[in-house]
Amino acid sequence: MSQTVTNAEHNVHPSDQEGIAREPLVLNNRSMSWITNRICGIVENRQPLIWWILFVPSVLLAGVLGFTLVYLVSTGVGIWGNNQPVAWGWAIVNFVFWIGIGHAGTLISAILFLTRQKWRTSVNRASEAMTLFAVVCAGIYPGFHVGRFWMVWFLAPVPNANAIWQNFKSPLLWDVFAVSTYFTVSVIFWYIGLIPDLATMRDRAVTKVRKFLYGLFALGWRGGNRQWRHYEMGYLLLAALSTPLVLSVHSVVSFDFATSIVPGWHTTIFPPYFVAGAVFGGFAMVLTLMLPVRKLYGLEDMITPKHIDNMAKIILLTGTIVGYAYIMELFISYYGANKFEKDAFHLRILSGHYTWAYFCMFFCNVISPQIFWFAKMRKNLWVVFIIANFVNAGMWFERFVIIPTSVSMDFLPGQWGFYSPSIVEKWMFLGTFGLFLSLFLLFLRFLPVIAISEVKGVLPESDPHHHDWEEIKARRNAAHRG
Amino acid sequence: MSDTKTSPIPFAFVAEFENATELYHAAEHVRDEGFKRWDVHTPYPVHGMDHAMGLGKSWLSALVLAGGTTGFLTALFLQFFTQGSLYPTIVQGKPANLSTIPAFFPVLFELTILFSAFSVLFGLLIVIMLPRWNHPLFNSELFKKFSDDGFILVIESRNRKFDVEGTRAFLEKIGAKRIEAVEEDPV
Repeated sequence: MSQTVTNAEHNVHPSDQEGIAREPLVLNNRSMSWITNRICGIVENRQPLIWWILFVPSVLLAGVLGFTLVYLVSTGVGIWGNNQPVAWGWAIVNFVFWIGIGHAGTLISAILFLTRQKWRTSVNRASEAMTLFAVVCAGIYPGFHVGRFWMVWFLAPVPNANAIWQNFKSPLLWDVFAVSTYFTVSVIFWYIGLIPDLATMRDRAVTKVRKFLYGLFALGWRGGNRQWRHYEMGYLLLAALSTPLVLSVHSVVSFDFATSIVPGWHTTIFPPYFVAGAVFGGFAMVLTLMLPVRKLYGLEDMITPKHIDNMAKIILLTGTIVGYAYIMELFISYYGANKFEKDAFHLRILSGHYTWAYFCMFFCNVISPQIFWFAKMRKNLWVVFIIANFVNAGMWFERFVIIPTSVSMDFLPGQWGFYSPSIVEKWMFLGTFGLFLSLFLLFLRFLPVIAISEVKGVLPESDPHHHDWEEIKARRNAAHRG
Repeated sequence: MSDTKTSPIPFAFVAEFENATELYHAAEHVRDEGFKRWDVHTPYPVHGMDHAMGLGKSWLSALVLAGGTTGFLTALFLQFFTQGSLYPTIVQGKPANLSTIPAFFPVLFELTILFSAFSVLFGLLIVIMLPRWNHPLFNSELFKKFSDDGFILVIESRNRKFDVEGTRAFLEKIGAKRIEAVEEDPV
C-alpha cells in the first residue's frame, strides 16, 4: 500500500493504514473452514496419549475426593480435625482459593466483552469452563461444611417444618446467594455462547449419537440474522449483568471475613483486594491450562503470543494491586490505633507460626509477576507458565495467610493453638484438583474449546465492508500505477 | 431437488454468496425488493446486517427488564416478609428496619441478576423460537454450510412476492453463487 495515500483522500478503513495496523488476532490468514476444522477436530478425532495420561490419574484423584466425602458424611465432621481454634482451616482456604480461580472466566467473557477487547474470543470458552469447574470444586467445601450434609437444603429460603427462616443480614447467607447466582449465571452464559458452536458440531457430525446429542443441545440453531440479532442482544445483556456480578461475588466472599470483628479480617480494603486477587489468580489458572492446551492441540494461530502477552499484563496489573493491598493492610495496622490489629499483623509477618507462609505469598504474588514488565519475558512461554504457577501457589498462600493466622491466636490465651491440616483435609484438597482436571479434560474431549463463531467474527474478512475496502484499495493502486 | 420445473413450489430458495460483503449487499437488495419471509444465515453475527435487512433493535431487553424487576421485588418480599414478620432474627444488634437496610442489599442484587439472567435465557429462546429441532432448511446440504463458512440467503416461498422463476432469476442477478430449492418434508 502506498504511503502517499491518506485515509481522508481515499476512504480507506483506518485499520488498513500502515503504521497503526494492529496485530491480527488469528495468525497466518486462516480461513473460516480452517478454524472450524481445527477446533472441531479436537473433539472429533482421537485424543492424544497425553490426554489419557492426565485423565486417568485425575479421575483417580477425583475418586479420592469422593472417598473422603463419604468418609466425612458417614463418620462425622470430627475427622476434619476441627477441634482447634482455627476450626475449618483448609476447608475455607480452599473454598476461597477455588472461587477466586473461578473469576477469570466471567471477567474475560463479560468485562472484556463490554470493553470490546476482541482478543477475548480465543480464550473465553475455556476460561468460562474453568470457572464452572472451579466453582463446582469450591461449592463442595461449604456444602459439606454444614456438617450434616443431608440438611444442606436449609441454606435455601424455602418453608420448612420448623418454621425457621434464614438470617438475611448474615454475610454467610449472602455468600449462599452470591455463589449460587454466580454459578447459575455462568452456566447460562457459557451455554448461550455454546449454542452456535454446538450447531457447527451437529452439522459436521458423522455418527448418529453425535448428531443426536449435539443436535439436541444446539436446540435447532439456524444462524439466521433474525436469530443472531436477539442472540447478540442476549449476550450483551448477560455480559452487562455478569460484570457487576463477578465483582460482587468475591466482595461478598470477603464480607464473610470483613464484617467479623476478628483482627486481620476486619478491614474495609477486603472487597477490592479480594476481587483483584481473584482476577489475578484466575488469569494465572487460565494460562496454566491454556498454554499446554494450545501446544497440544495446535491452536497457536488462534491463541497467539498477543493473547498471552495481554494476560501476562493483566497478571502484572492485578498482582501489583494485590501488592498494594498487602502493604496498605500493614500500613493501616501500624497507623491505626487498634492494638489487636497491630498484634495480628505482628504475628502475621514477624513472630507468628505462619510467617513463612506470608513471605511465600508476598514473593509469589507481588515480586514474581514484576518480571512481566519486560516484553521479552511475556513472550517467553516457559517464563509465563512458571510465573503463572507461582501465582497459583501464591494465591493459595494468600488465603492461608488470611485465615489461620488471624484466628489461631485469638483474644484469649485459651483460644490459642497451632493449626495444621488433617489428612482428610489434605486428600480432599488434592481430590478437588482431580475433579477440576477431570472435568476440564472431559470438556476438551466433548466441547469446542474455542468459541468458533466468535473467532470467525474477529477475522478481517468477516467485516461486511472488508471486500468493499479491498476493492477500493485495488482500484486506487491501479490508478497509481496508471 | 434442483429441478424446479417439475416439482411443486419449494419451501424456500437457499442461495450461497461468496463472502460477507456480497451477502450484505444482497440483503440490501432483498430488503428493497420488499420480501417479508427471508433471512441470512451466517457462521457469526455479521455486523450491520440488521440495517441491511431493515430490522430494528431487538426487544429482548424489555423482557429482561421485566425479569430483573421481578427478581428485585421477590428479594424485597422474601427478605422483609421473613425478617420483618415471619421470623425476625435480631442478632448482631441488628433488627430488621430502615437503618439496617444495607444488610439486605446483597441478596436484592443477587436475585435481580439471577432473575435477569434466567429471563435472558428463556426470553431469548422464546423470541428466536427455539428449541425447534426440525426445520425444512435442514433438508438442504447447501444450507448446512452456514455453520462452517457459508454465507447463505434464504427466501421462503411464503412471500407474496415469491414466484419460482422470478425469484430464482432475482437471486442470480444479485450475485448468488449457488442456488438450491428446498422442499418441505413429505407429510
